[in-house]
Amino acid sequence: MSEAKASIDKQTVDQVAKFGGEHYKYGFTTEIDVDKIPNGLSEDIIRFISAKKEEPQWLLDWRLDAYERWKTMDEPDWAHVDYPKIDYQDLCYYAAPKSMEDGPKSLDEVDPQLLETYSKLGIPLQEQEVLAGVRKVAVDAVFDSVSVGTTFREELAKDGVIFCSFSEAVKEHPELVKKYLGSVVPKSDNYFAALNSAVFSDGSFCYIPPGVKCPMELSTYFRINEANTGQFERTLVIADKGSYVSYLEGCTAPMRDENQLHAAVVELVALEDAEIKYSTVQNWYPGDENGKGGIYNFVTKRGDCREDRARISWTQVETGSAVTWKYPSCILRGDNSSGEFYSIAISNNMQQVDSGTKMLHLGKNTSSKIISKGISAGRSSNAYRGQVNVHPKAAGARNFTQCDSLLIGDKCAAHTVPYIEAKNLSAVLEHEATTSKISDDQLFFCQQRGLDAEEAVALIVNGFCRDVLQNLPMEFAVEAQKLVGISLEGSVG
Amino acid sequence: MSALLDIQNLHAGVEDTPILNGLSLSIRPGEVHAIMGPNGSGKSTLSYVLAGKDGYNVSQGEMLFNGTSLAYMAPEERAIAGLFLAFQYPLEIPGVTNMTFLKTSLNAIRRGRGEDEMDAASFLRLAREKSRALGMNDDMLKRQLNVGFSGGEKKRNEILQMAMLEPKLAILDETDSGLDIDALKTVADGVNALRAPDRGMLVITHYQRLLDFIKPDVVHVMADGKIVKSGGPELALELEKSGYGEYVGEAVNA
Repeated sequence: MSEAKASIDKQTVDQVAKFGGEHYKYGFTTEIDVDKIPNGLSEDIIRFISAKKEEPQWLLDWRLDAYERWKTMDEPDWAHVDYPKIDYQDLCYYAAPKSMEDGPKSLDEVDPQLLETYSKLGIPLQEQEVLAGVRKVAVDAVFDSVSVGTTFREELAKDGVIFCSFSEAVKEHPELVKKYLGSVVPKSDNYFAALNSAVFSDGSFCYIPPGVKCPMELSTYFRINEANTGQFERTLVIADKGSYVSYLEGCTAPMRDENQLHAAVVELVALEDAEIKYSTVQNWYPGDENGKGGIYNFVTKRGDCREDRARISWTQVETGSAVTWKYPSCILRGDNSSGEFYSIAISNNMQQVDSGTKMLHLGKNTSSKIISKGISAGRSSNAYRGQVNVHPKAAGARNFTQCDSLLIGDKCAAHTVPYIEAKNLSAVLEHEATTSKISDDQLFFCQQRGLDAEEAVALIVNGFCRDVLQNLPMEFAVEAQKLVGISLEGSVG
Repeated sequence: MSALLDIQNLHAGVEDTPILNGLSLSIRPGEVHAIMGPNGSGKSTLSYVLAGKDGYNVSQGEMLFNGTSLAYMAPEERAIAGLFLAFQYPLEIPGVTNMTFLKTSLNAIRRGRGEDEMDAASFLRLAREKSRALGMNDDMLKRQLNVGFSGGEKKRNEILQMAMLEPKLAILDETDSGLDIDALKTVADGVNALRAPDRGMLVITHYQRLLDFIKPDVVHVMADGKIVKSGGPELALELEKSGYGEYVGEAVNA
């Protein structure tokens, strides 16, 4: 293991060296014909999106109801972030590559321009053994508002695993969508979730049948390409009794001067004895060093351990976005169910992060674990906001929380806002928190051993994040380690 | 033979406070020099100035390493050029294993010299061999760098890094401080094993004790930021008896 880690760390350092000067390598745009509707949000726009997707009446009604509720809601202002007011009438709610008009019948029909975009991003849309070449990863790629392709569908189908775009799921598995959509994140849950419920255009859908261990990693890759377009995707993952799935999510966007909104909803449902591991490497464009441009990442992610002994684990590496507002949470409903949250949130330059988790203990003997590592550099602000809530009936609930902050430089900020509420006397809750700084002596020590300042920071930060990086699937761990180094470029010197 | 390290009339300090006041010192390949002196004489400052620590400024004089001035080289460039400093207080880096650190360091230096990086298998063999020679068990390679290490383990670990990096000039800053006699012997054995015709060493210490185990070619007495006396190994013994009293100026006593 230490060998593997050593080689990963080496790669980090190599990568950092290689990218010297190049801050955001996914900042390119794809010139492609798009089908884009006029800016603005109204019932008509929602009807248009729904019609475009040939949705059944119940779903249109669901959307319209969400829209009605959204109109009565206020944008939340409790997070430790500051951004100019968003004009929701000045956003485009649907953009799709023209070539998708009739929908490609198979991956071979996908526009080569799109395939090239994804290959530039390092995401294989051709079915092949990927990355380390050891394991296969099935990919669903979402480009602006639509899914452009899902790989390995047939192979997955042999095990009864359904993995497709959300739009297809609505057509082909309406009973599942109807049963589970909004069952974890209700459409009026919060402002951004309600907006998403009204206008979501696509996303990924996954169902693992009872007793099946999904034979490969599943992943969704989100790309925002169009200017002034919001991305509102919806992911729904259902792990039926006794099943297991590991799900990866990656995101990038071009460098643009304007801010772009990404308001996604992810719902996870784990039934009896099922386990879902959901990992995210979020690398949206963070804006430039003066805070110009970048993605507003306002995302609602929640998992429901609906039955006994269900397990859900969130792992996130947050390096991008101008503003992040995101709290992947677990509802621990089933007895003996467990939830985990591992997070690395890095902010540099003018980035603002308000992220954390909620663990709602409802069932007996439920347990949760939170490991959060916040790294602030530049003039950024990084807040951990967490809530551990133990219901009166949740006898024997257990939580362990550790949140560590690392500061680089003297102009950044770290905040920790943990809420702990226990209504059952048998609950055992632990909370540990530390704040530290990379010391000049540590840097000098590393430099004396031949590392330059940025390699030294990458090494120290990767060490700081170790507990979390170890929980990422191998392919993502490598990616994440590289990202850690790149995101912190220019933070010392 | 030309000098490996040649320091002429070096004046340096921290911010506006002068600490080194016209220090001159020359070390040829193969030689082991010891610098002894009382607290506050500038011994550690000399090691930091040579290694290029931020905040230590040279106002006058010259430091040539293999004929090249160190003045404008970044700390990592000095390391790549073959200058190694064993720290008096080795730093901890939580979450980074000793193995990872050694490998990152070794390969950064090899890369800096335009050499190929060492592959994982050769590295592992080398690290095990060198650490066993220092009486360290393999377990120590897996532990986080210096985290929870005893004083003796930290110092031994510094020597391990030195053994891995095979520097041209090794500066040992009070490597003996905080060591019991057994640890001192092990560390000294490690240092002696690295003595080589093309390698110079500068051993900074308070006490003669270390020099019983690491026999220096030249002993210098440092006081008030400069070398006030140089001699053979017998000078160290003399100091042990008489103390630093006669070398310490008014300024230090005040």
